[in-house]
Amino acid sequence: MLSDEFNPLDGKMLQVIGADGTVCKRLEPNLDDDLLKRAYRTMILSRVADEKAVKLQRQGRIGAYPPSRGQEASQIGPAMALGPEDWVIPGFRELTALLWKGVPLLNLFLYWSGNEEGNAYPEGVRVTPGVIPVSDQIPHAVGVSYASKLRGETVVTMTYFGDGGSSEGSFHEGLNLAGVLKTPTIFVCQNNQYAISLPRAKQTASKTIAQKAIAYGFPGIMVDGNDVLALYAAAKEAVDRARAGEGPTLIESYTYRIGDHTTSDDATRYRSQSELQEWETKDPLARFRVYLTNKGLWDDIMEKTSIEEARSRVDEESQKALDHSPPQLDDVFKYTYKTMPPGLLNQLSALKKDLGLGGAD
Amino acid sequence: MVTMNMVQAIGNALAVEMARDPTVVVLGEDVGIDGGVFRVTEGLYEKFGPTRVIDTPLSEACIAGASIGMAMNGLKPVAEIQFLGFSYFALDQMICHAARIRNRSRGRLEVPMVLRTPYGAGVKALEHHSESTEALYAQIPGLKVVVPATPREAKGLLISAIRDPDPVVFLEPTRNYRLIKEEVEEGDFTIPIGPARKVKDGKDVTIIGWGAMMPIIQEAASKAEADGTSIEIIDLRTLSPMDTDSIMESVKKTGRAVIVHEAPRSCGIGAEIAARICEQALLSLKAPVERVTAPDITVPLPKGEHFYYVDPDRVHRAIRRVMAF
Repeated sequence: MLSDEFNPLDGKMLQVIGADGTVCKRLEPNLDDDLLKRAYRTMILSRVADEKAVKLQRQGRIGAYPPSRGQEASQIGPAMALGPEDWVIPGFRELTALLWKGVPLLNLFLYWSGNEEGNAYPEGVRVTPGVIPVSDQIPHAVGVSYASKLRGETVVTMTYFGDGGSSEGSFHEGLNLAGVLKTPTIFVCQNNQYAISLPRAKQTASKTIAQKAIAYGFPGIMVDGNDVLALYAAAKEAVDRARAGEGPTLIESYTYRIGDHTTSDDATRYRSQSELQEWETKDPLARFRVYLTNKGLWDDIMEKTSIEEARSRVDEESQKALDHSPPQLDDVFKYTYKTMPPGLLNQLSALKKDLGLGGAD
Repeated sequence: MVTMNMVQAIGNALAVEMARDPTVVVLGEDVGIDGGVFRVTEGLYEKFGPTRVIDTPLSEACIAGASIGMAMNGLKPVAEIQFLGFSYFALDQMICHAARIRNRSRGRLEVPMVLRTPYGAGVKALEHHSESTEALYAQIPGLKVVVPATPREAKGLLISAIRDPDPVVFLEPTRNYRLIKEEVEEGDFTIPIGPARKVKDGKDVTIIGWGAMMPIIQEAASKAEADGTSIEIIDLRTLSPMDTDSIMESVKKTGRAVIVHEAPRSCGIGAEIAARICEQALLSLKAPVERVTAPDITVPLPKGEHFYYVDPDRVHRAIRRVMAF
């Protein structure tokens, strides 16, 4: 098992594509060429969409937004090991994974523009809407995966959270329960080195986050979070184990948040320019591109075309989101309960009358 | 019909619904082999096995959180928290997620779960075992809060709660667990969530209460009737969403209202009921609305509990005050 070879207690980290683009042939996963290209195109789309979202926030056209820049591999690599029937239970910084799982760009821009309608994902997209209270989604993932297991399905559930999230009670309680119930859950910790301003070293005295899995009785592995193939390889092993009834795995994706925590944050207050520059040289897109180019799957023209295509799609979908009709009064009431209770109906009707929106009796 | 106490009636409701619907699962601390600290789930583990009657680690937040996940993925979890005072660990999950996932997902996902927990004082318990903080849950849009008063009520309401498509916080009056025995329907039996129950018809004073207060209210009513005052009693039984119409119908008839709850006075459910009476029945009132509640103090340990706990005489005196006004 990879987690034996890369034991987090020894501080070892799984890497397949080195920073210089060299590939470890022994660990290189055997992936279909089209899948590799599709993954890279999704990373480009994510990068472009992310840049657009930050720009729109700066222009005051959308609200606060948490950038994913630098974490594209960390997000998509694990998700590449999933099938359409598998679940993703995200936190709030998983743009690339969501795009990979089939959440439309329009939905994402709609949500970040301040409309819950964006969370109405298409039928069959097994992704739950983003969760903002840090790590609260971890117990949900354990429950979702338990339900699959109880029905005797081979469906697995992958949940994402950050290094800061590993300090929350939900992380401990969720992983503990998953270990006890042996649920088919893959826990992906995107260790992007900061929880807003708090550096990873002050988040936990553990040498790695991956090693925490050992205490819960299941494997943990630290993976180079800017290396798509390493993340895929670790996740593939975890998914296979989960499907076979062998229980959960914790994957620590060791990466870096190039952007601010959200557009309301100013990361220059707590981290150095030199540190940021060093991580920018480890760009996950650049590394994957070298790999694809060396394999003869990618060239400059494809790069240019993909970026142009991504830009026009992003412009189009973000504009659609901005032009989307805002929620009506009925919309903000009607999903509170399956059937609106009489008292709430009265409140709706009274508010309509008070606001001069008609429909009052 | 079989004679049952409330513990037996709730256990029976769970057994009936688990047998009928394979998606119903029970989870919580000591609910399996031990049958629950109050023995409510006794026999379920043997009947339905460890995958549907799940003994969980000591982990209230995760019991609620995992229930939410199960519910989003096709199960109907009934989670047990051993005492309401320990449900605060789970409050974040109930407020931030159970209550909101339907709204957050624009109706794509729902959380048909039940969080069962005993509540209330009057049982000479340790600290944290006597709480009556139902108002914390009742203020949250998206949650339903149900409090049964008798064994039959508990069975019918719990089966409805399990079948309800929205999350239900089901508060079981610890003091009534073994206090009352009554005839309960065998097999499938439901009482709808929402409508209040008129326990007794009367014309002079309306008393509104629920759960553990019902036997106390009934005793006070007997004393008042001996004075010649005719009492109408309403068991609210669903605190949220509240059956305002039944309250108004009664108060407009009697012109006097006494609200009884064992929770502290300020911002309790009684304040909400009184406000609604002011809004909708003010001109029918012959006396100010009375609230008989605990004072705004921490529940005392058993030696001092009698200063806190509502007794029939306090309710009786309130009835006399509204009659004398």
